[in-house]
Amino acid sequence: MNRVFVTGWGAVSPAGWNVAALREALNKGVPLPIQPLERPGSATPLQARLVPNPTVRPEFLAHPRLRRSSPITHYAAAAALDAIAGLRASRAGKSRMGIVVCVQAGCVQYSCRFFDETLKNPATASPLLFPETVYAAPASHVAALLENVALAYTLVGDPAAFLQGTSLGIQWLAEDRVDACLIIGAEENNWILADALWHLDRRAVITAGAGALCLSLDPELSAGVELAAITDPHTYSARQNRMQAALAMRSQLPPGSPGELLCDSLGNSPRADAAERAAWRDWTGKRLSPKRILGEGLMAAAAWQCVAACDAVANGPFSAATVSLVGSNELAIGARFVTVNSTISHLSARPSAGNIRP
Amino acid sequence: MLFPPSPPPARPPRVVVTGAGIITALGIGWKPNAAGFRAGRPTFRPVSLFDVSRQRVKTAAEVDLPATLPPTLLSARQIDRLDRAGSMLLLAALEAWNQSRWQPCDTMPLVLGTTAGGTSLGEAYFRQALQSPPRHRRQSTRAVHYQPQVQARMVLDALGFSGPITIISNACASGSNAIGHAWDLIRCGQAERALAGGYDALSEMVFSGFDALQALSPTVCRPFDARRDGLALGEGAAVIALETLECARKRNAPILGEIIGYSTSIDQHHLTQPHPQGSTTLTVMKLACASAGITPGEVDYINAHGTGTPLNDASEALAISQWAGPRAATLPVSSTKSSVGHLLGGAGAVEAVVCLMALCEQWLPAQAAFETPDPACNFPIVHQPRDARLNVALSNSFGFGGVNATLILRRWP
Repeated sequence: MNRVFVTGWGAVSPAGWNVAALREALNKGVPLPIQPLERPGSATPLQARLVPNPTVRPEFLAHPRLRRSSPITHYAAAAALDAIAGLRASRAGKSRMGIVVCVQAGCVQYSCRFFDETLKNPATASPLLFPETVYAAPASHVAALLENVALAYTLVGDPAAFLQGTSLGIQWLAEDRVDACLIIGAEENNWILADALWHLDRRAVITAGAGALCLSLDPELSAGVELAAITDPHTYSARQNRMQAALAMRSQLPPGSPGELLCDSLGNSPRADAAERAAWRDWTGKRLSPKRILGEGLMAAAAWQCVAACDAVANGPFSAATVSLVGSNELAIGARFVTVNSTISHLSARPSAGNIRP
Repeated sequence: MLFPPSPPPARPPRVVVTGAGIITALGIGWKPNAAGFRAGRPTFRPVSLFDVSRQRVKTAAEVDLPATLPPTLLSARQIDRLDRAGSMLLLAALEAWNQSRWQPCDTMPLVLGTTAGGTSLGEAYFRQALQSPPRHRRQSTRAVHYQPQVQARMVLDALGFSGPITIISNACASGSNAIGHAWDLIRCGQAERALAGGYDALSEMVFSGFDALQALSPTVCRPFDARRDGLALGEGAAVIALETLECARKRNAPILGEIIGYSTSIDQHHLTQPHPQGSTTLTVMKLACASAGITPGEVDYINAHGTGTPLNDASEALAISQWAGPRAATLPVSSTKSSVGHLLGGAGAVEAVVCLMALCEQWLPAQAAFETPDPACNFPIVHQPRDARLNVALSNSFGFGGVNATLILRRWP
């Protein structure tokens, strides 16, 4: 099993409820506007980039399981449906599906509401809220929505864990437990999350949304993109610091060429970005840093990087894209997506999109 | 590289357990827990960790943590940052590590299941954030250390190894899924050994959540009893050291047992309720047996998920009956949640270690409370301590969201 194909991708972001909106925002290269986020007990609001309301209410919200669910599930479901649209239209539409949902903060909106109710009076805390606070709720709802799901896992970690989730999905495919696998990264906004981020990185602006990739071993289902590599996971520990982990990840990926794109996880913090900057100092190809435009979307941001990479490879102008994920507190890991059947050594430079920096 | 992966072995290797660590309300370590589970000793008492005066139910199975943790490679500052859940995880991991006699390396996977991670730190963050004017002291530390992957990194640093961390949060199936995933990693050749387990500490939010759902028993947790009226919460952790048989034999490591089967799937019926016919449970038990290459007739004991809620136990009982067929009439079943409560993300791992204990020491774990047999359960509930010849044990775990998991363990040799 050496070939894994990306059959589709989807995204919900502060730019909008589809990949086209994400693509447009990234191509413009202008950071999206920042909105105030009310903080209880404080006259000074926090900052966030909020996901706009969808222009048309998505039909899937009428599903009984999604009626009471929180925004993270809505984002995950929308991205998932986008990612499998091609698959559903094909003969493989009813094949066994696997779902790996990756989160860092998870269901913070209902967790905050439920704990707030508990502190006020546990006797009246809502039993409807509590089940929606568990990390596994979005995966469960998406599985119920898609119906043909055989396996569904929720992984928790820093944003780099998205590629570990991808590796898990590949393992399920290789073992023939599923015919296709959705990898979803999702988060939702909340004042407590913005507050926590303020404590850790004053320049970061919290945001929310989801990104999803659908993988299959069947080349006929490919949307023109193939996963060429995922590096080892380089965990931060007493034996290896973040800088060393980033460099180790970099060393497992090929050098860039003018025809390739690097989708990195750089934000706007010199301190937080130092390790990743050092790791990719030698990169000669084009670069895209989605977090600088969209904000700190935690696991969703990692998913957007992969979605942007696939989109750039499938729709041009690039024949290969490398994703670099140097997570906040767990690991550094990278991946490489290529056009199906492309020969990387013969790539030629193509015109760059708006925000792609040389 | 994670992808493309190295070619898998021609035949999946046998995977054995060479270390096990456990901490529950019965005590810290194998010995007190084995004695308690064998006797079916209940551990429920009034909750002292947070205010339950306005809750419907006021008891749980609390762990008595030691005043100081045993020495590890962690600094005093790192230890100061550990919350209750992180401390329990570390104690269990340390016991498994010491028993396995492994040497530190850079490539050992750590696979953990949890539902709440460092929720108590998150609760403290929330409380302080609501104070006016806001106080910032320790908030940065809480914001980092409530995250499960940071708690997992503490295990790496404490024991001196490194390797990929995987945190599975499939609600109450998480612990079983973590062990099953580690088993998979070894069988497909991605690792020769792995540390795996589950943990969760009692927290005010989770306790209040189960109380709000009226899932907690206002009387006594009595799984599979006709008068059962809910579950009881507990806390704890269990970690096991898994490696290939070849690896263990090379270093003459004492072997505690073998994991021979695992399966998992998702029941899409409801977010919090199992399918009334137990259809996914039945499927998962069948698939786990198929992966182990055994029939229900070869299973000597089932450690049931057995929460004590009317819906869970009815559904699981139906699945066990259908799966076991005529064997059900003589197949011993018990739920050890009646002793230490429901450990949520830790439950599956703790119950796997209980199965190891039973297989190693040849006894059946007794259920702490069982009075009135439920006619729907056509299998014998173990409710008195007794010795038994056990070769194979099966452990079921189910979670909110619908994930079902089954592990099958075999006695060694």
